Amino acid sequence: MISANNLTESGITPATGQRISLAHGGGGQLTDDLLASCVLPRLANRALNELLDSALLPGVERLALTIDSYVVQPLKFPGGDIGRLAVCGTVNDLAVCGARPLGIALSLIMTEGLERRMLEDILDSIAAAASEANVCIVTGDTKVVGRGQGDGIYITTAGVGAAGTHKLHPDAVRAGDMLIVSGTIADHGMAVMLAREMPQVQSVLKSDVAPLNHMIEQLLRQVPGVVFLRDPTRGGLAGVAADLAARTGLHLTLLEKNIPVRPETWHAADMLGIDPLDVANEGKIVVVVRPDSVEQALDALCADKHGTDARVIGIFGKQNDGICELRTCMGGSRILQKPYGEQLPRIC
Amino acid sequence: MCLAVPARLIDCRGTKATADLHGNRVEISTMLIPPCKPGDWVLLHAGFAIQTLDEQEAQETWAVIKDLRTTGGKR
Amino acid sequence: MSAVILPHSEGQTAKSLRRLTIAAKALSRPVKFMEVCGTHTMSAFRCGLHSLMPRNVTLLSGPGCPVCVTSQGDIDQLIELATDRDVTLCTYGDMLRVIGSEGSLEQCRAEGADVRVVYSSLDAVKLAAENPQREVVFAAVGFETTTPASAAAVIEASRLGLENFSILASHKLIIPAMRALLESGDVQVDGFLCPGHVAVIIGAAVFEPIVEKYHSPCVIAGFEGPQIAAALARLTELVVEGRAELENLYSQAVTEEGNLAAQAIIQEVFTPADWQWRGLGKLKSSGLALRFAYAKYDARTRFNLGSPTARENPGCRCGDVITGRATPIDCKLFATACTPVRALGPCMVSSEGTCQAWFKYHHVRTPKKVEAGS
Repeated sequence: MISANNLTESGITPATGQRISLAHGGGGQLTDDLLASCVLPRLANRALNELLDSALLPGVERLALTIDSYVVQPLKFPGGDIGRLAVCGTVNDLAVCGARPLGIALSLIMTEGLERRMLEDILDSIAAAASEANVCIVTGDTKVVGRGQGDGIYITTAGVGAAGTHKLHPDAVRAGDMLIVSGTIADHGMAVMLAREMPQVQSVLKSDVAPLNHMIEQLLRQVPGVVFLRDPTRGGLAGVAADLAARTGLHLTLLEKNIPVRPETWHAADMLGIDPLDVANEGKIVVVVRPDSVEQALDALCADKHGTDARVIGIFGKQNDGICELRTCMGGSRILQKPYGEQLPRIC
Repeated sequence: MCLAVPARLIDCRGTKATADLHGNRVEISTMLIPPCKPGDWVLLHAGFAIQTLDEQEAQETWAVIKDLRTTGGKR
Repeated sequence: MSAVILPHSEGQTAKSLRRLTIAAKALSRPVKFMEVCGTHTMSAFRCGLHSLMPRNVTLLSGPGCPVCVTSQGDIDQLIELATDRDVTLCTYGDMLRVIGSEGSLEQCRAEGADVRVVYSSLDAVKLAAENPQREVVFAAVGFETTTPASAAAVIEASRLGLENFSILASHKLIIPAMRALLESGDVQVDGFLCPGHVAVIIGAAVFEPIVEKYHSPCVIAGFEGPQIAAALARLTELVVEGRAELENLYSQAVTEEGNLAAQAIIQEVFTPADWQWRGLGKLKSSGLALRFAYAKYDARTRFNLGSPTARENPGCRCGDVITGRATPIDCKLFATACTPVRALGPCMVSSEGTCQAWFKYHHVRTPKKVEAGS
């Protein structure tokens, strides 16, 4: 395979068009040019620079492996973009299982006509997020599909991690364990929804998308009493809480007035008739922790810039009904269930 | 179909205005209410101000967001 | 900044709940109140009010979600416009997943139809102005709270001289619905929780004839949990006192005469018409049709759609549910064939539908009723 260096040696002048064409996905010279001019300068590292078919990673005892695809619209939104999302999402999926990210494989499926400038910005974001997470993009693939066959760009990231020693499993959750959320909810989903559905709204809302592996590493190192972790992405806090209750078979009670929500997020959700509990988060985790470790866990989270608003929001009770109950601000009670799909702005 | 929320107007131009909902600003129509001025509070439904509100009543009636640092909840 | 939601005054809420409990103890028989607004249905469930109510006071959901009372024929016409007539169909988010006899607008969109969710009716007009080569149709659904927005859209389109904008008018009026319920004799309700935002537009006074003719206490309420609690307390007290009165507990926003400017533009653009309601049949003067002067903005005539035909899913009891004749669990399809993921009727699809609210908040197993004040 042609390397970045010998492209210019061979005398081939790289094409510098403004938009991605089908030919860029053909695997030929234009693909090489795209890699050399666009991808490698941003994501360069020893493994990736080899441009081999697979990256070889240092050996570990047990591996964690995850994969996710990102199809968000719009591609750029306040607080982030699809590139940042693709790195952070996969890093966080590894981290909540207690794994240390070792490397990320990056697949880009671009639509013919995508502005090159947009691709470059997304790659810059990917590079920045990877650097923040202290992980490398070690291998990748690019394809281009015809005009109208995609939405600009789809990204898939697979992540490999070194499994940690801290045992994290829903089966270990017991009555009396408590639930912590690492910060304010619904910021990502509301920011993206406004950007997509209501561009006429000028908002201060920003996605919370961030790599949480450092925060989680510290948490697990300092707090042996952490039992389980999840990141409340699609489906929101409600989805994760309902899942936890169902999976553990215990009765999980959440306290509405403890759940942190930014005023601007809450008001945006209120205006559109959306429940913040159902909305995606990309820079938050929920932590199940033994009751005697709660203070320690809060200390560990609050010490990290991504966890300063951490709060205890719930407790697992003895009743074996697998239900998640929300104690409302009014003192009443309702069942929390997984939302049934897309949140839509409503007037009703 | 009754979802309406209180909002504060930050500028008014004829029958249009910019409403602010705690950092979310949206262009709305004020054609259904008497002429208004910046600082007025309105009840907002689907992009229309349907009623003017007294500021104090607005603050008292609708759910209030408070800073957790000054209220209950762990930490 | 971190923050939390708190109702304005926890003291006020506790007071209302105490009053409700005290009044309920003085009742000689169980009572049923009905709210006729989908937003009330949602709010009541979301704040956990049902779990706080005394056992002898029940809050029924009436025909208040306009999506639910929109007959399937109306929905089919929207779908026909989107799929067969190649229009740009603009709708509020609420309508997107309602199922007609063959699929929903959401499904049409997935199959390539140009269906757009808008926040404001004026967004649809703007779309039409910016795309003169496209026919743009706005799905004008809702009670009186929303009707002024549709009227404003038609007036704006007229002002701009647009030739490519029209609305599919499916607006409903609340008073004829309440009358029909009370006339039918099927539904025994002891009082109504009246929709605060409809009342903002139409005024408090129009509920007076309902109170007088049917001796039914009516309390106009806002939508925050504490406001609904206060309204229920007042309704219960009125029943205990044997008084059929109209009370406005939402005077922050509701006046006796309502929003006259809004009423004027509704009058200018629309005229009352007989309309088909799910579960209530055809009600006299219960809907709104475009006036002759604005006929060119009527999508039904523009696209030769004719009157919507009434067709319902067999087994679907949405009609009974929204008229309080049945609860969702009385419907055999509830939570079996009909779920939010695969909804057969609008009560399950609509985010304010009774069946969806029950499914989401109620159905798995209601947590044991929390004693008020604990």
